[in-house]
Amino acid sequence: MKKINKTAFLLLAISLIVGLTSCVQDKSQKGALAGSTAEKVFVAPGEYDDYYAFLSGGFSGQLAVHGLPSGRLFKVIPVFSVDGEKAYGFNEETKPMLETSYGSIPWDDSHHPDLSQTNGEIDGRWCFINANNTPRIARISLKTFETVEIIEIPNSAGNHSSSFVTENTEYVVAGTRFSIPVPQKDMSIDEYKGNFKGALSFIKVDPDDGIMSIEFQILMPGFNYDLSHPGRGKSHGWMFFSTYNTEEANSLLEVNASQNDKDFIAAINWKKAEEYIKAGKFKTVPTKYAHNVYDESTHSATSTMEKTVRILDPAALPGLVYFMPTPKSPHGCDVDPTGEYIVGSGKLAAALTVHSFSKMIKAIEEKNFDGEAYGIPILSFDATLAGTVQQPGLGPLHTEFDGKGNAYTTFFISSEIVKWKLGTWEVLDRKPTYYSVGHLMIPGGNSRKPFGKYVLAMNKITKDRYISTGPEVCQSAQLYDISGDKMELLLDFPTIGEPHYAAGCPTELIHPYTQKIYKLEDNKHPYVTKSEHEAKVVRDGNNVHIYMTMIRSHFAPDNIEGVQTGDRVYFHVTNLEQDYDVPHGISIIGAKTSELLIMPGQTETFVWEPKNIGVWPFYCTDFCSALHQEMQGYVRVSPKGSDVPLKWSLDGEDL
Amino acid sequence: MIHKLIIFSVAAMMIFTCSTDEKASTQEPSSFANNTPKGQASVVDNVSAKNILQVAVGSKDHTTLVAAVQAAEIEHILVNAGPITVFAPNNAAFAALPDGTVENLLKPENKAMLVDILTRHAAPGTYDVKQLKKEAKKKRKVYTATGDYFDVVVKGDDIYVAGAKILATIATSNGIINVVDKVILPAK
Repeated sequence: MKKINKTAFLLLAISLIVGLTSCVQDKSQKGALAGSTAEKVFVAPGEYDDYYAFLSGGFSGQLAVHGLPSGRLFKVIPVFSVDGEKAYGFNEETKPMLETSYGSIPWDDSHHPDLSQTNGEIDGRWCFINANNTPRIARISLKTFETVEIIEIPNSAGNHSSSFVTENTEYVVAGTRFSIPVPQKDMSIDEYKGNFKGALSFIKVDPDDGIMSIEFQILMPGFNYDLSHPGRGKSHGWMFFSTYNTEEANSLLEVNASQNDKDFIAAINWKKAEEYIKAGKFKTVPTKYAHNVYDESTHSATSTMEKTVRILDPAALPGLVYFMPTPKSPHGCDVDPTGEYIVGSGKLAAALTVHSFSKMIKAIEEKNFDGEAYGIPILSFDATLAGTVQQPGLGPLHTEFDGKGNAYTTFFISSEIVKWKLGTWEVLDRKPTYYSVGHLMIPGGNSRKPFGKYVLAMNKITKDRYISTGPEVCQSAQLYDISGDKMELLLDFPTIGEPHYAAGCPTELIHPYTQKIYKLEDNKHPYVTKSEHEAKVVRDGNNVHIYMTMIRSHFAPDNIEGVQTGDRVYFHVTNLEQDYDVPHGISIIGAKTSELLIMPGQTETFVWEPKNIGVWPFYCTDFCSALHQEMQGYVRVSPKGSDVPLKWSLDGEDL
Repeated sequence: MIHKLIIFSVAAMMIFTCSTDEKASTQEPSSFANNTPKGQASVVDNVSAKNILQVAVGSKDHTTLVAAVQAAEIEHILVNAGPITVFAPNNAAFAALPDGTVENLLKPENKAMLVDILTRHAAPGTYDVKQLKKEAKKKRKVYTATGDYFDVVVKGDDIYVAGAKILATIATSNGIINVVDKVILPAK
C-alpha cells in the first residue's frame, strides 16, 4: 500500500509537470508575438504606460507624446507648425509664437527634444526642441503640455546640433549646421572657405520659470556642426559638438565633405566661457531675433524683437575650445552616464571612436597638440582615444546607454542596433531594425541616470511593415527590450513624421503633476468674461468685440445682431467650466481661420470678417456634453451702414 | 488500484493541460445602471470644482439620497459631463414617505424601481433659480431622464417643481442641485 501510494504520488507529480509544460508549449506554439512578447507591451485598458516618450515630429514641426511600452500616441503638441485642431498659430493668442525676424512662419522641421535636468537627472519640468530651418528653440511645459516659449537663434542656419541641456539645465545649447557669413552679407559663395562662420549658442534657462535668453555665441570655423551633448559628472562644464565638412566645401558635399580622414569633436569649456563673459571678453554685435513667450495667466503670447548678441572668439580666448580628431564625419557625439566617455559615431567610419574625458584633460594640460585650426588647438588623436569598437556595423549614428556599462549604437546602412560594452569595446549583441534606423532612445539616455529597460529605434524607412497607405507610407518606431543579455524586438508602432529623435522618462516624473484646468479666478486675459452677466458686444469703429462665455451647453450670448459687412468681428470666448476634461470649441461659417479649442477656465480669440449679409450660425466644435448638439448660436449681419442696433441675448433676454 | 490511480493521474493531467485563464463572462447584458467599477465616479481629481455626486456626498442633509444612489449604482450618471439638474430630496423628504418605503426600495430586488425613482429627479440641462423662473414664466416644462415633464410654478418667492418646493440651489461643475422637500413619485 505504501508503495502504491508512492507510485501514485509519482504519477501525479509527473502528470502535473507534463500538464504545466504542455500549457507553456501551447502558448509558445502561437508564436512569439502572440505569447509573452505581446504581454510585455500590453497595457490593459485603463492602465498606464511606464514611460513617457517625446518623439520629435521632424518635418511636421511638432512633438508627439507616446507611452511606452505600448507605443500609444497621446498628444501631438504643436510647436513650430500651425495646428488647426488646437488653433495654434490661428487664434490671436498664439499667433505671436510663430513670429521670427523673417515674419510669421507657419512651419518648421523639429529635431531633437531633450528634457530638463537637475543634478544630471531628468526632473520632468520642460522639454526643449529645436527648429532646423529657421533656427529656433522651443520650451514646452510638461505641466500643461503646451509650447510656452520660442526663441530664435541669430547667426545660425540649419539649427541642428540642438537642443541639448546641461545637467542642471543651466543652458540649452544650439549649434548651427550650415556655416554662413556672420553677419550676413552679399558675397560670392566661392569665398566660403575661411570666411563663413559657425555659431554655437548657449541659451541660459531661468531655474524658476524656465525663461530662455541667449547668453553668448561662440563663433567657430566654417564647418558643419551636427550634434552635441553635455558633459556630466566629472565632465560637467563641457559641451561636445560633432563636426563634419571640416573641408569647408560649399558644393556637392556628399563627395567634397568626405575627403578628410578625420573631422573633429569640438570640446567647449562653457565654464571658461562664463569667466570670459564676466571679464568682458566678448563683443556685442547687432542682430535681430524674435523671443516669444506664452503667458499662462493671460493665455496669450507676446513676441519681442531682440537686437544684440554677445560673441566669443575662440581663437582669441585660450582654453575655450579644443578639437578632438574623430574619423569620418561624426554624427552622434554621446557622453556616457559617468561623463568619462565621449562616443563619436563617424558615419562613414569603419569603427566607433571613443574619447576619454580624463585623457582629454591630461592632453590639454600637457599641450599634447597636433597643430591648430583657425587658432583652435587640435588635440593629438592618440592622446584622447579611449578605445574603438571594431567592425561594429555600417553607418553609425547615435549611441545611448543603459546605466549598466553598456552602450547601444544605431547603424543606418546596416540597419541595426548594436550593443557593446564600455571599457572593453566588445560587441555583445546586434538586432536588425526595419528599416534604416536613425536615432534611438533609452529613457534618461542623455543623463546620469538612464532607465535601461527599453530602447526605442526611430526608423527612416518603413516600406512593407504596415498595410499600405500609397506611396507615402507611415513613419515608424520600434521598441526593444534591453533588460536581458540579448535585445528583443517587442513592438512596431506608427508615429507622426518624421520621428527623428526622442527623449523619455518614467511616468511618475510627469503624470502626477500635470495641470487639469485653468482657474477662472486666475484668468488675466484682457478680454476675459468671467460670468454670463458680463457677456457683451462692443463696437469700436469697424471692430466688433464679442465677449462670450461657454458652459454646458450654451454660449452667452447666442443671438447677436447689429454686425455689418466689412466689420472685423473678434470672438473672445471664455470657457467657464471648472471641470477636468470639459473643453469647448467654436467656429462660425466662413471663418478663414481654425476653430478655437478652449480648455476649462481659458479665453481664446478668433477673428471673423463677414462679407455677406445674412444670419450665420456658429456652434460648439468639441463634443462637450449630452446637449452638445444644442450648443449653437446666430450672428445677424446687416449691410454696412445699416441702422440695425447692436444687441445680444440668451433665451430672448438680456444677459 | 494502480489502474485507478493512473486514470486519475491522466485525468489530472488533462485538467491541467486544458485549463485556461479565461473566465467566461456570464454576466447579464448590462444596463446603464450596471456600470462597474463606478466609471467616471472613480476619477480622483482635487482641482476641478465639485460635481453633483461630490456635493451630495458632502451634504449631511442628503445621506438617504446618497445611500439610494449607491444602492442603485448610478454614481457615474451624477458625474457625467451632463449637464444635469438634480432635484435632490433631503433626508426629511425621504422620511416623509410611508413607513418602510425607503427600506423596501433599498432591497436588491427592487433596484430597477429605485433607479427609476432616482432618475426621475434628474433632468438634462442647467436649471438654476433664474432658469426655473423663466420656465415658469414661459410655461415651459422640465423634461426628466425618465421622460416625465415637470410643471414649474412660482408662488411668491418660492419655486415648485412637480409639486416639490425648491429649498436651495447649488451650482456644481456638471450641473445644478436643487434641494427639494419632497420625493417626486411617478404620477399614477
